[in-house]
Amino acid sequence: MINELGHFALILGFMVAILQATVPLVGARLNHHGMMSFGRTAATAQFVLIAASFLALVHAFVTSDFSLRLVTLNSHSLKPMIYKISGTWGNHEGSMLLWVLILALFGACAAWFGGNLTHRFRATALAVQGAIGVAFIGFIIFTSNPFIRLALPPFDGQDLNPLLQDPGLAFHPPFLYLGYVGLSMAFSFAVAALIEGRVDAAWARWVRPWTLAAWVFLTIGIALGSWWAYYELGWGGFWFWDPVENASFMPWLLAAALLHSAIVVEKRESLKSWTILLAILAFGFSLLGTFIVRSGVLTSVHAFANDPERGVVILGILIFFVGGALTLFSLRAASMQSQGIFGMVSRETALVLNNVLLAVSAFVVFVGTIWPLVAEMFFDRTLSVGPPFFNMAFTPLMILLGLALPLGAMLPWKRGRLEKGIRQLTLPLIFALSCGGLVWAMQTGRSLQAPIGLFLGAWLVSGAIADLLQRLGREKDFGRLMRLPRADWGKAIAHSGFGITMLAIAALIAWEKEDIRVVDIGETWTLGPYDLTLRDVRLEMGPNYRAHIAEVELGQNGQMIAKMYPEKRFYPVAKMPTTEAGIDYRFLRDVYVVLGDAQDGGSWTMRSYLKPFANWIWAGAALMAFGGLLSLSDRRLRTAPSGHKPRAPQAAKATPAE
Amino acid sequence: MKYLMFLVFLVCASASAAVEPHEILQDQRLEQRARDISKGLRCPVCQNETIDESSAEIAADLRVLVRERLSVGDSDQEVVDFVVARYGEFVLLKPSVSGSNLLLWGMAPLMLIIGLGFGVVFVRRRRGQTPNVQDPSLSDAERSELEKLLKP
Repeated sequence: MINELGHFALILGFMVAILQATVPLVGARLNHHGMMSFGRTAATAQFVLIAASFLALVHAFVTSDFSLRLVTLNSHSLKPMIYKISGTWGNHEGSMLLWVLILALFGACAAWFGGNLTHRFRATALAVQGAIGVAFIGFIIFTSNPFIRLALPPFDGQDLNPLLQDPGLAFHPPFLYLGYVGLSMAFSFAVAALIEGRVDAAWARWVRPWTLAAWVFLTIGIALGSWWAYYELGWGGFWFWDPVENASFMPWLLAAALLHSAIVVEKRESLKSWTILLAILAFGFSLLGTFIVRSGVLTSVHAFANDPERGVVILGILIFFVGGALTLFSLRAASMQSQGIFGMVSRETALVLNNVLLAVSAFVVFVGTIWPLVAEMFFDRTLSVGPPFFNMAFTPLMILLGLALPLGAMLPWKRGRLEKGIRQLTLPLIFALSCGGLVWAMQTGRSLQAPIGLFLGAWLVSGAIADLLQRLGREKDFGRLMRLPRADWGKAIAHSGFGITMLAIAALIAWEKEDIRVVDIGETWTLGPYDLTLRDVRLEMGPNYRAHIAEVELGQNGQMIAKMYPEKRFYPVAKMPTTEAGIDYRFLRDVYVVLGDAQDGGSWTMRSYLKPFANWIWAGAALMAFGGLLSLSDRRLRTAPSGHKPRAPQAAKATPAE
Repeated sequence: MKYLMFLVFLVCASASAAVEPHEILQDQRLEQRARDISKGLRCPVCQNETIDESSAEIAADLRVLVRERLSVGDSDQEVVDFVVARYGEFVLLKPSVSGSNLLLWGMAPLMLIIGLGFGVVFVRRRRGQTPNVQDPSLSDAERSELEKLLKP
C-alpha cells in the first residue's frame, strides 16, 4: 500500500513538474501575476510529493519489503539498519530518486527564500528548474522505476554490494548529489537571465551563494569518497583518475571557477557572459557525470547500472538542456555588456587567470576521460588513459594556480602595483623557499615532488596569513582581525586548505613506504622506524559476514604504541570478500596494515604501509569546505529580504567621518 | 552480457591489494623497476585497475611475466613493448605519444595557450574603455532598487 502511494506521489510530482515548467514561463511572457506565482506553489508541491515518494522507498528498504524488485536486488534482512537506509540510494533507481528529491529541494528553496528576486525572474528560473525535474522524473518513471513489484517475492534479498556497506560510502552520495544538483540552481538562474536578457551585480549576488553551497557539498562528497577509497580498497590509494571520480571532479573545478568569476560580476560588473557560460557548463558537466556513471560507456570500478539504453536517454536530456542553453547563450550573449574597467595588474586580471587555469584543467580532465571513447570511434584504436597521463597533464596547471594564487588574492580591485604585492609577500616567499629547500637538501637524489609540494603548501598558507595581516593596516591592531568580514576569513582558510592538500599529496607520494611479506603468528618485522608484530588471527562472525581479524601490535623503540585490527571479510550472500585495513592515525603519519591471504602452515600475507601526511589531504579538503561555509555565513552574501530591514548600524559605519 | 559483467566483477572485486610475497624479486632495484612498470599497465579483464593493484589471476600472471623479462635483462621499454604486443594498446595506462594521441597530449598546452590568449585580449580590451556608468536599460526605480541591494 505504502509502495503504491509512493509510486503515485512520484507520478503526481511528474505532473506538477510539467505544470511548473510551463505555467510560470507563460505567465512571465504575459506578465500575468497569478500564473507567475503558481511557480512557487508548484515548486513546494513538487518537493513534498517527491519527498513522500522517497520516504515510501526508504520505508520499503527499512522493512525489507522483498515484494519490490529493487529491494530484493539490493537488500538483505540481516543487513545492519544504517545500511538498509543507505541502501535506498546504493543503487541506480534509488539514487536517481534521491537526485530528483534534491533537485526539487533546491527548486523549493528558490521558492521559499527567493523573496529578493524580481517576480518575473523567479518565475522564469523556477520554470527552468521545473523543466529539469520533468526530464529526470520522467526518466525514472519510464526507464528506472523503483516501485516495480515482483509477482513472487522471495524470502530474502540478494544484499547490497559489501563495498558499499560502509559509513563513509553511506554519506558520500547524498553530499555528492547536493553538489551536482546544487549547480542546477546556477544553471536555472543563468538560463533565466538569458531569457530575461539581463545580468547585473544583483544577479551575481543571488547566484554566488548557491554556487558556493554546491561547491562546498561537492568538496565534502569528493573528500568522503576519496577517504573511503583510502581505508577500504586495501592499499591506501586515494585518487585513481577513474572516469567516475573525474565525473565529480570536473563540476568541482568549474564550480570553483564560477564562484570566483561571480565575484567579478558582483563587485565590478565585468566577465558577465563568461560567468553565464560557466554556469551552463558547470551543470552540463554534472549531467555528463550522471551519464558516465549510469551508461557504462566508460568502464570504471564504481559504475553501477551499466545499461546503454538508459545512457542514451540521459545523453538526450544532456543534449537538450546544454544544447538549448548554449543556443540561447549564442543569441543573447552579445547583450551582456560588461562595464567595469580595470588595469593590467588588478584583482580582476588575477581572477581571469584563475578562471583560465581552472577551466583549462577541467577541460584536460574531460579530454582525458572521454579520449578512449573518441579514439575507438574515430581512430579505431582501443586504448586507455590512466593516472600517468592525468598526473603529467593536470599537475602543472595546479602548480601554476598555486604559484599565482597568493599574489592574485592580495591585488586590489581596478588597479594595483605588482611591486607592492611582491613586497608584502616577501616573507611568505622566503619562508616557503626555505621549507622547500630544506626538504630538498634532506632527501637528495629523490624526486622533486616533495620539495615542490612543500614549497607550494607553505607559500599558500603563509600567503593567506600575510593577506589577513595586511588588512590590519599600519597600526597593527590585532583586534581588527576578529572584526574582518567572515568572507575574508573564509577566503584565507579555503586557500590554506588548498595548499595543505597539495602539500599532503606531494609528501605522501614522495615518502610512502611499503612492505609485503609472509609472517607467522608472533613474528615481528620492521617498517621505517616501527616494529610490527602479528599477535593473532581469529575468525569472527559479523551480522551479515564472517571475518578473519588479525591483531597487530605497533611498537617503536621497544615500546608498544598501538594495536591494530585489520580484517578480511567475506559476505556469503553477495559472495564477495572485502578488506578492512587496520590504521593507526597520527598527526604526521598513518601506519596502514592489511591482512592478506592465509598461507600453508598457518602464516599470513601481511601488507604494511607508512603513509606520511595522509590525514592532511582530507584536512585540507575539510578546510576548503569550512572556508566556503564561513564565507556563506557572511551576511554580505545574503541580500536582505526585500531590502526593508533596518540597517542603521552598518550605514553609520559606512558613512565617512568627515 | 550481464553474466559476463558479473564474472568480471567477481574476478576483480576482491578488494585486497595484489602483489604477493612470492612474486617479489630478490634484487631490490629490479623489483622497484617491476613495480614502476606494473603501475603503468592495466589489468586486461578488470574495470580500470593496474596490474599492480588487481588481484585477478591474469594480473598476477602479467606481474610474473614482467619480472621474468626484467630478470633476463630486458629494458623497461622492451618489457612494456612485449606486453603491448600481446594484449594491445589497451593495457597502456599512459597512452603512447603517437598518431592521433598527439592530439590528446597536445591538448593541455594548446588549451592553456588559447585560454591565456583570450584572457590577455579580454584584459587589454577592458583597459582604456570609457566606463558605462549609466545603464540605459534600467529605469530609475530599478536603479535605486539595485543600489539598495548592493549596499554592503
